[in-house]
Amino acid sequence: MNSVETKVTVEIAQKLGLTSEEFDKIIDIMGRVPNFTELSIFSVMWSEHCSYKNSIHWLKTLPKKGEHLLVEAGDENAGLIDIGDGMACAFKIESHNHPSAIEPFQGAATGVGGIHRDIFTMGARPIASLNSLRFGDLDNPHTKKLVKGVVKGISHYGNCFGVPTVGGEVFFDKVYNQNILVNAMSVGIVKVGETVSASADGPGNPVFIVGSATGKDGIHGATFASADLTENSADDLPAVQVGDPFQEKLLLEATLEVIKTNAVVGMQDMGAAGITCSTSEMSAKSKTGMRIDLDKVPTRQKNMLSWEILLSESQERMLIVCKKGQEQKILDVFDKWDLECEEIGVVTDTGFIEFIEKGEIVAKVPADPLVLGGGAPVYIREYEEPAYIAKVKDFDIDTVKEPNDLVATAKELWKLPNLVSKRWVYEQYDSMVRTNTVTTNRPSDAAITRIKGSIKAIVMTTDCNPAYVHADPFTGTMIAVAEAARNIVCSGGEPAAITNCLNFGNPYDKGVYWQFVNAIKGMTAACEKFKTPVTGGNVSFYNQSVSKDKTEPVFPTPTIGMVGMIEDYRKSMTLDFKKSGDKIYLLGKTRNDINASEYLRNVCGVSLSPAPYFDLEESFVFLENLGKVIASGLVESAHDISDGGLFTNLLESAMVNNLGFDIAFENNIRKDAFLFGESQSRAVISVSKENEAQFMELLSQLNFDFTALGIVKENTIKINNIDFGKLSSWKTVYENTLGEQLD
Amino acid sequence: MKFGVVVFPGSNCDHDMYHVFSEVLGQETVELWHKDTDLKGLTKDDCIIIPGGFSYGDYLRSGAIAKLSPIMKSVSEHAAKGGYVFGICNGFQILCEAGLLPGVLLQNAGQKFICKNIYLKTTTKNSVLTQKLDTNTSIKIPIAHADGRYYIDDAGLENLVKNDQIIFQYATEGNELSNDVNPNGSVSNIAGICNKGRNVFGMMPHPERASEDVHGNLDGLGMLESLVLG
Repeated sequence: MNSVETKVTVEIAQKLGLTSEEFDKIIDIMGRVPNFTELSIFSVMWSEHCSYKNSIHWLKTLPKKGEHLLVEAGDENAGLIDIGDGMACAFKIESHNHPSAIEPFQGAATGVGGIHRDIFTMGARPIASLNSLRFGDLDNPHTKKLVKGVVKGISHYGNCFGVPTVGGEVFFDKVYNQNILVNAMSVGIVKVGETVSASADGPGNPVFIVGSATGKDGIHGATFASADLTENSADDLPAVQVGDPFQEKLLLEATLEVIKTNAVVGMQDMGAAGITCSTSEMSAKSKTGMRIDLDKVPTRQKNMLSWEILLSESQERMLIVCKKGQEQKILDVFDKWDLECEEIGVVTDTGFIEFIEKGEIVAKVPADPLVLGGGAPVYIREYEEPAYIAKVKDFDIDTVKEPNDLVATAKELWKLPNLVSKRWVYEQYDSMVRTNTVTTNRPSDAAITRIKGSIKAIVMTTDCNPAYVHADPFTGTMIAVAEAARNIVCSGGEPAAITNCLNFGNPYDKGVYWQFVNAIKGMTAACEKFKTPVTGGNVSFYNQSVSKDKTEPVFPTPTIGMVGMIEDYRKSMTLDFKKSGDKIYLLGKTRNDINASEYLRNVCGVSLSPAPYFDLEESFVFLENLGKVIASGLVESAHDISDGGLFTNLLESAMVNNLGFDIAFENNIRKDAFLFGESQSRAVISVSKENEAQFMELLSQLNFDFTALGIVKENTIKINNIDFGKLSSWKTVYENTLGEQLD
Repeated sequence: MKFGVVVFPGSNCDHDMYHVFSEVLGQETVELWHKDTDLKGLTKDDCIIIPGGFSYGDYLRSGAIAKLSPIMKSVSEHAAKGGYVFGICNGFQILCEAGLLPGVLLQNAGQKFICKNIYLKTTTKNSVLTQKLDTNTSIKIPIAHADGRYYIDDAGLENLVKNDQIIFQYATEGNELSNDVNPNGSVSNIAGICNKGRNVFGMMPHPERASEDVHGNLDGLGMLESLVLG
């Protein structure tokens, strides 16, 4: 196909993923029929992935203001919060779902690379990464292949890049059999005032492309990400990018060094839609334009066509606008790091991005209409409650028989892939490089990373239980935010802000869009309550399994990446029981509730039930009080109750130091609900005998709901005098189950 | 003693080594760029650190390209004069590739990258690195590598033993050698060695990751302090 020869028609536009209305709009904007290269530019920039056309209306309703925010969502490549002492923290989460479903190793690897680039493009050095992974049924051989590939991809890229992977989550459910989710988060730090903007100010300033050469990989990746994943998607393999973490490591060092030269006006990484996206977004942001000579772009293959160069998503590349006359400073830095650095064009004042090949203009498109917030389409989709919700509401706990043998039930629960240790996964990640990881030998609910040269630390977590969100998108998403906040507080931190990765099905499906709208509303409610504004993130639609007779969306999965602060890392809180004899208390109110729990879904086999009990106000008060209890310094450990309920929580705290527990309870709640239920806003703490009286006084001052459960006790697992056997056998199952399934 | 930390493209523990020697141990520390041959005034009484990471992307083979860099020529000369050289993780791989240490590091037996705490037995006190350590007590140090399986042929192993060149071995918390705690399939559980001249050291585990209060583990500090004493 050649840009000059291909006749542009509405059919061609549709093949590129545009609608006929969009094609008409393009002709209107251009005042003529675009040529093929120009049409290609519109097709990627107006793809869901780049334009957020079906989500932006709702995204704008998310709370974006907060005292710590230095840039508002959407203004820069990632969110930026003030962490004091003249330092700022940049962070963002992003999906790489479709590429990972097709080619798990490269898909996941480039997902990690892409999100780190977003951070260091701003001038921040990445100091930690996290990832949130959703796979299908673990018994399925295809799932095993995907898990191995994704984990190896993250391990390969992240380890070589030299940023520790400090946290994350792994969740299995058959709804992800065909369409897995790979969400990667990067967190970086930068001195306030030393950030770089993605702007292209100053007509006449030269434009450089730096990093890897441009190849034919990943062409139309953004369009690919914006279409249904089908059985034939493997044919789209060239749409998957190939990553080179070594190049990215050099690019990181060179980028941070080049910023110090003060020769840089603006910088943007090349992710989706490559040169097209970076040139148009930078131009639109600065209300300038760019003239780019495609013959000067270093390419991997000979004879690449203009649209191929423009749409290539080759990794590890950046676009830099340099102060005129200071070119040599930039060239010197990239030469030092042995990276390509080519001057390919100039900033103009025309408002157009113009691409030149062999002296002739091959494409000339106005920048503003291409971009989100400019002229890119915005759609408000219709939505309606999907049929399954009625069945969710019909659930009655009394139809589930209480188990006679709690020990046997606990054993069934304990070996579920969602509850066992993810050691097999995270031991493949370098979690300690940069020597700032606090949580290696001090396990806590969230990851903690020290800021060198200070006693401050950043606390990070990713959370979302998609089964809750499926049951009730509004409440389920509030729970995701609340759980993230609880994990931060349990670690001794204070929640600051979130980034989100919104993974949903096809937005043209009214039921899917209903899930999306309600998730946004839930996130808004919770983020406002917890004062954790949304600093940015991404939306990934079209996540679904398509087979001959039906299309099934994945569980709606709005992953929350939350960042918080600890002023003194030595005051961080851990989750492990410390010594025999310490008292165990359950804080918060337990309900007679097994809704959407691992127990109900995967032991009892009931797939539809409402989200677990959650009240936003109660959750907020709980969190405030929990923060005070932990800050009092009176407790030995704190651990949030989440998936798997109280029983799982207690064992997790007991296993670390090979301790055990002896607890008893008496109340009017079903025993299975008390032990395995997942009603929200609860945590378990342990307290030494010496501090117990003072601790009780504090609880009463705070009017905090609590249950005295029992004591930490070596070599014992006893609940209401029932012997649950040896800790070592529970630990063996916990530690080894995943590895046995995967090796 | 002064310290020089070599920076290869792809080194990623260079900042960590610089930090631990300059900030934690308060020693004069400089960075040495791979394209240079200048050792910035380091003498034979000083120590060159080859840090962990993925030098040159570890393409071809871990450490195989790094050994050809200009700085390695100076490192070899420094070692030949009796100067100290200490390679950690990728640094150990590079020193083996460069022939400054015997043996080779192969892909882990489990064919996966492993990052976790392991226990080390200090095999000998007869080195500047281990002179202050206790051979009867294990130390907990993290590993993080994909190619950490130390291999040497029988004759080479015999020499290592004969010359007391094995400095660290993977062990149980109780300081016992056992196959069960050999994380990567290394010959004789070898985690670290020195050369015959006892001035060049290599080890796979990362002591710098267990050297500050913030790590919740200070087991790595002892050997670094020991080295500083010279």
